[in-house]
Amino acid sequence: MNKQGAASKYADLIHSDGVAGSLYNDPDVFQEELKKIWYTTWVYVGHESEVPNTHDFVMKSIGLEPIIMTRGKDGEINLLVNTCTHRGNKLCTKPKGNARSFTCPYHSWTFASDGRLLGQAYPDGFKNVDKADLALGRVPRVASYGGFVFGSFAEEGPSLEEHLGGAKETIDRLLANSPSGEIEVTTGYLKHKVKGNWKLLVENETDGYHPGFVHASVFMVSDSRINELYGDKSTSLSRDYGNGHTEIDLRPEFRKRGEELSWFNTNKERLPEYVEQMKAAYGDEKARQIMIDGTPHVMIFPNLFIAEIQLFVIEPISVSETVQHVTAIQFKGSPDINRRLRQQTMGSVGPAGFLLADDSVMYERTHQGLKTRTGYRTYTGRGNHRERLDEDGYLVGDSTDDLPSRGIWKHYKSLMEAGK
Amino acid sequence: MSLAEINYSLLREVEQFLYLEARLADENRYRDWEALWADDGIYWVPANSGDIDPELEMSIIYDNRSRISVRVNQFLSGKRFAAQPEIQVRRVVSNVELLQDAGEEVRVGSNAIYFVSGETDDEMWGSRNEFTLRRVDGEFRIVRKNVVLVNAAKALPNLAFLI
Ligand code: FES
Ligand SMILES: [Fe+2]
Repeated sequence: MNKQGAASKYADLIHSDGVAGSLYNDPDVFQEELKKIWYTTWVYVGHESEVPNTHDFVMKSIGLEPIIMTRGKDGEINLLVNTCTHRGNKLCTKPKGNARSFTCPYHSWTFASDGRLLGQAYPDGFKNVDKADLALGRVPRVASYGGFVFGSFAEEGPSLEEHLGGAKETIDRLLANSPSGEIEVTTGYLKHKVKGNWKLLVENETDGYHPGFVHASVFMVSDSRINELYGDKSTSLSRDYGNGHTEIDLRPEFRKRGEELSWFNTNKERLPEYVEQMKAAYGDEKARQIMIDGTPHVMIFPNLFIAEIQLFVIEPISVSETVQHVTAIQFKGSPDINRRLRQQTMGSVGPAGFLLADDSVMYERTHQGLKTRTGYRTYTGRGNHRERLDEDGYLVGDSTDDLPSRGIWKHYKSLMEAGK
Repeated sequence: MSLAEINYSLLREVEQFLYLEARLADENRYRDWEALWADDGIYWVPANSGDIDPELEMSIIYDNRSRISVRVNQFLSGKRFAAQPEIQVRRVVSNVELLQDAGEEVRVGSNAIYFVSGETDDEMWGSRNEFTLRRVDGEFRIVRKNVVLVNAAKALPNLAFLI
């Protein structure tokens, strides 16, 4: 009965060619999303390379839950809730480091890096207390793919690989661009706050319609070629992998150019070490193809955006506030390309970035726009007459189509209708 | 540099330069501001803390001279939406200290507080600044400007004015 009611609520709000503005600014919807999305599905937390050594830790989050990602002494990665089990004090206050144990500053309980309660101050006061009952809360399911660590608060559900589905291949494609087959997250994060709902960011990441306009200033003042990729004439594709994962596939344009590293706006001569490493790793022909195709532009629902050269992690703060954590992707063992990856990332993203400051102002204005008009409904029907299936059976459209938004909302609706 | 060593006429001159730089930035006089830079100038606003190595970790701004030009040109393109409508800024520069006087180049420290009025909100920013200035044809040019934000460790909103 209840289920029926919930289903009709979202059926009223989410349509195949647009959604209600209230979905972006109703605090009750946000609370429901926390339960049915953030605390249910697989959520990206961090990268294995952020905790390379035993007892390394880094502060992360899932939805509003503060999480400590640690590497225990068994080498396994733990996702622990960063809340002391005594009275709820915040346990770890350092963004990252290496610690065998964490001591709560309030009454000095001590926890191991795998979450076990090790000690309680003045132990005589605890009779018949089983320390195992007072271990730190932990994310019940932890899994990683290609070094990307995800957590799910649902005890049961689809496996991470099932959740990623076709989007797995985009991670493979990213890793193939690294001569060692591995990427690293070592450059720290830019933390960029916007007064807008998190879904505005998710939808924008694979919105190929806006770059020609929002980022026009960048084409005017630099030798960026991205305007060729996102226009009416572009042969790039938008793709819906299902489960909310969407991409802009730029390979058709890069293959037309047929130049190695053109995807990165550079060439073989400028990154000779990297090119040699790629040839040694894959052989000339395969290396050439990988270096023509480049890295993916994919939004892995709900919070990991792989944007060719950088990673974005989307953190919802409230219905109207979101933080984007951005870092440069680094190819393990390839210093010459890594330097360029860092420089390009710093120029483009973060609060003063040539690209992201302009995206962010659109998020904020859009959020306001969606809020103020009663009964407002977006239009996401662009290109619905030219949706088609690719050879793998995924829905694709032109790069400037609203197809990714439609895919995101379709999945969103299924999650919001499914939960209790 | 001990108090007895301070060259007060140099200090005065340096202060006047810092105030000029601040006023050009406040008034969005991008080209005039750009002209203050030396050809090898580096403009640095670290993320997270002033202790990071900008060659290895993310900075909010880490511009060499050509990227400073791109930044200025973007502001002047008419399509830097993050800075439209024009952001109103007034800053106070204070606590000016000569840190090093190496003849040709001078290193100077200061604090700055910014009142920034953007499209919706009014914001306060604060920073520790360090400039390295070089005399070129009798005028100071900026060789290095480091702006370490007081809240660098936090998530920050758009920074779309000249800080
Ligand atoms: S709240 Fe942590 S020890 Fe009391
Ligand atoms: Fe954008």
